[in-house]
Amino acid sequence: MSKMINVGISDLNIAKAPDVLVTYALGSCVGICLLDKNNDIGGLAHIMLPYSKEAGDTVSTNLRRYADTGIVELIQMMVRNGAVLANIIAKIAGGAQMFQTQINTFNIGERNVEAVKKVLSANRIKIVAEDTGQNFGRTVFFDVKTGEMKVKTASSRLIVL
Amino acid sequence: MTLNNIGDLNSMHVDVLTELGNIGTGNAVTSLATLVGKEISINVPRVRILDFNESVQFIGGAENIVTGVLIRLIEGIEGMILYIFEDKFVATVLKTFFGKEFKSALEINEMDKSALNEIGNIMAGAYARALSSMTGLKITLSTPSICVDMAGAILSVPAIEFASIGDKVLFIEDSFGIGNDMVNSNMILVPELDSLNLLFKKLGVGI
Repeated sequence: MSKMINVGISDLNIAKAPDVLVTYALGSCVGICLLDKNNDIGGLAHIMLPYSKEAGDTVSTNLRRYADTGIVELIQMMVRNGAVLANIIAKIAGGAQMFQTQINTFNIGERNVEAVKKVLSANRIKIVAEDTGQNFGRTVFFDVKTGEMKVKTASSRLIVL
Repeated sequence: MTLNNIGDLNSMHVDVLTELGNIGTGNAVTSLATLVGKEISINVPRVRILDFNESVQFIGGAENIVTGVLIRLIEGIEGMILYIFEDKFVATVLKTFFGKEFKSALEINEMDKSALNEIGNIMAGAYARALSSMTGLKITLSTPSICVDMAGAILSVPAIEFASIGDKVLFIEDSFGIGNDMVNSNMILVPELDSLNLLFKKLGVGI
């Protein structure tokens, strides 16, 4: 029997096949699914913001909320549990702009996606599929056994990547 | 002393914000009643300080479909007001305005959206006027923006924007009677901390 492992906002986790990692309702946040298929280990991070250093964060000590620190922690966790960095590939989803406001032109969803791509590339991890941007929320199911990332939206669109 | 985190607010602060909510909602209801030509009654709003997960649970869970109207406070007091309208609220409003039957928030059209935007605008304007008249601060609002989607995705917008000052929001629950229907709307207020400190200072409330 496969288990469903829920990853909350600003959090991450790993799973072994045949378990499924799930994160609900990504808005501007980005879900990063990592997989080492040879070793049947997958990971999922749900990040909120691009970089820990530029956040000026005075309250939280949660480094899992940022793309840079969150992704690195996820990689390390996978490697500690038997994954090999060179095998790891990535699929990403999220980074929407939920509200079209006139005033706030800086688009955090877009910046999150950019940061995720930079951090993955710096770690030589290839992105093999993505469903990012636009203006709707996404729930992500990541099946560690098949490597499939299912992306579901409020309007019941379901795509499998 | 200054507040560094919304989680630092004590019960006296909450009482003050409740009273502001009360006056603001009172103003809003007067405007709405004129608009719809029906009597609208209100109960005293309930103010809660909730973290992200609690607010998501409060509006039905991460994947529950809700209608959000976002308005920014851009001058005097800075921050964000996000209304979360549950289906029953949307249904009652659309019926009252247009005599339309409501099926699903995902099926509402552009005209319905602009009506709901306008209601958010009126309610936020009324709340801002209450703040303004009590503090003497001039408060300017942005135009409203609407989004119908999963609750978790909508609530991540204030959560992301204000992540650096805390993981809590002020959650103000209004309950209205329109005709025979009782409906709730939820207002999430995320002030910048400097603005919140200024607000309490102007109101003569100790921190």
